[in-house]
Amino acid sequence: MTLADAFTPGTFVDAFRFMPDHAGLLLSKTAEHIELSFAALGIALVLALPLGLWLGHRHRGLFVAVSVSSLGRALPSVAVIAFGITLLGVGFWNNTAALVVLAVPPILTNAYFAVDGVDANAVEAARGMGLTELQILLRIELPLGLALVVAGVRIAAVFVIATATIAAIAGGGGLGEIIVNQASYGLAGVVAASLCVSALAFLTALALGLVRRAVSPRGVRRA
Amino acid sequence: MRSQAAELVFDEATKQYPGRPEPAVDRLSLTVPAGEICVLVGPSGGGKTTALKLVNRLIPLSSGDIRIDGTSILDLDLVTLRRGIGYVIQQVGLFPHMTVEENIATVPRLLGWSRQRIRERVLELLELVGLDPDHDRRRYPAQLSGGQQQRVGLARALAANPPLMLMDEPFGAIDPIVRARLQEEFLRLQRELGKTVVFVTHDIDEAIKLGDRIAILREGGRLAQYDTPARILAEPADEFVAQFVGADRALKALTLRTLGDLDLRPGTWLPGLPRVPVATTLRDALAVLVAEGHERLIVVDEAGEPLGTATRDDLLA
Ligand SMILES: Nc1ncnc2c1ncn2[C@@H]1O[C@H](COP(=O)(O)OP(=O)(O)OP(=O)(O)O)[C@@H](O)[C@H]1O
Ligand SMILES: [Mg+2]
Repeated sequence: MTLADAFTPGTFVDAFRFMPDHAGLLLSKTAEHIELSFAALGIALVLALPLGLWLGHRHRGLFVAVSVSSLGRALPSVAVIAFGITLLGVGFWNNTAALVVLAVPPILTNAYFAVDGVDANAVEAARGMGLTELQILLRIELPLGLALVVAGVRIAAVFVIATATIAAIAGGGGLGEIIVNQASYGLAGVVAASLCVSALAFLTALALGLVRRAVSPRGVRRA
Repeated sequence: MRSQAAELVFDEATKQYPGRPEPAVDRLSLTVPAGEICVLVGPSGGGKTTALKLVNRLIPLSSGDIRIDGTSILDLDLVTLRRGIGYVIQQVGLFPHMTVEENIATVPRLLGWSRQRIRERVLELLELVGLDPDHDRRRYPAQLSGGQQQRVGLARALAANPPLMLMDEPFGAIDPIVRARLQEEFLRLQRELGKTVVFVTHDIDEAIKLGDRIAILREGGRLAQYDTPARILAEPADEFVAQFVGADRALKALTLRTLGDLDLRPGTWLPGLPRVPVATTLRDALAVLVAEGHERLIVVDEAGEPLGTATRDDLLA
């Protein structure tokens, strides 16, 4: 019997019953999922954000930014995890590393283009007035490009939360443990955990969408 | 609040862009006395922008030197150098995410002025450049007309009262009427502030109107002539300059003087003669005579009282 054959409208009812019955399990797996995702996102931010911003400021390394981005899209996460098992063994760090690889490209690319695209005249005026390069980046380019930077983080966050599900394969924990283990949790458990992943991704996207709107500079924002 | 002005000296200043056969600025030597407006003028690609940006080191010198009050720009810390120079560009380059007030306050903030002092300075500058200190202060650049943006750009460059101003075609993108008004206001401002100004334009009429001295650059960034507007119009150094200032240079020279500069004839106040204000340029006065078909006009003061008369020959003498 395939998964599709087993899937009936009643499945959802079962899934919603599963939730209160196994609230403790779902909560702890959701917490693991968040921990894993946020760790990966945090590391990716630390790595990709300064690099992307600085390359954008220098208008250099467009090639790097673009090839990193297409590389990220071409590499299947499962392959990265498999590769990581040989390097880092099974567990949290292996999965985190795979998710970082996934999160870096959209953050790096967006940060690059956000800064690269800021009005060259404003930047020249700033430089001519005696702002240092760091001041130009932090006071002019970053505020003007911040909405685009956040948009990149948002894409990365949704990728990471969705993909963290397969971490279970390599013993990384998270909601994926329920999803890949129908034998133990039943179809209702699988669907319930999937719904949790979806909700998590959706709420994160929503929250970062709001952040994005909030950081769109006044005076530039279109009505 | 007349500030100190600085003497600016170009000494064999040269810029050779890598991969280019000819220099963009070629051994440029000229002195702008403190408190004067020097207009750099010349054909497109003549190296005007390059020469200007050499001064605040947005473009590094290839050889030669530039000195401000005797100190080489190469001996100054980059940030200190630039904070002491007002810089205005045609595209204005206002910071779109900052209000007019924040734009103008940029350099004073970097210099660590107190809030109180910055606020006072912003209000003073808005007044000075002809903007409304109450309303315009809180607006964003996108809410301003091109002319208003250019005024903010000027106010921002003046904020820390720099002794030297660099202006690259600041009125280039503005319609002729507003442009003429901004030119007038700029001259009024300059009489008040007495800065040393290097002003780039490719419009010879603007150069004649604004410049105490005009430097004409030809292709390849070579200085063709550096002189007062009157002398450039009267005695172009060579064929290139004569061509550049135009065949109507005699007429242009008339824009340099007003009716007030003439020895007026005591007049019999004949009715029907055109009455022209004393501050009118000789060129505009001539235009009045030609348009109305008269040989003689009555010069009046601001109150409209006759001061005397002038004939067409007086204007052309
Ligand atoms: N960054 C650069 N790299 C190489 N060549 C340059 C660069 N900037 C300017 N040039 C060249 O140097 C010459 C002088 O340019 P510049 O911009 O100083 O002229 P300009 O007199 O300001 O012209 P315009 O009236 O069109 O503004 C031109 O031939 C131009 O192509
Ligand atoms: Mg130019």
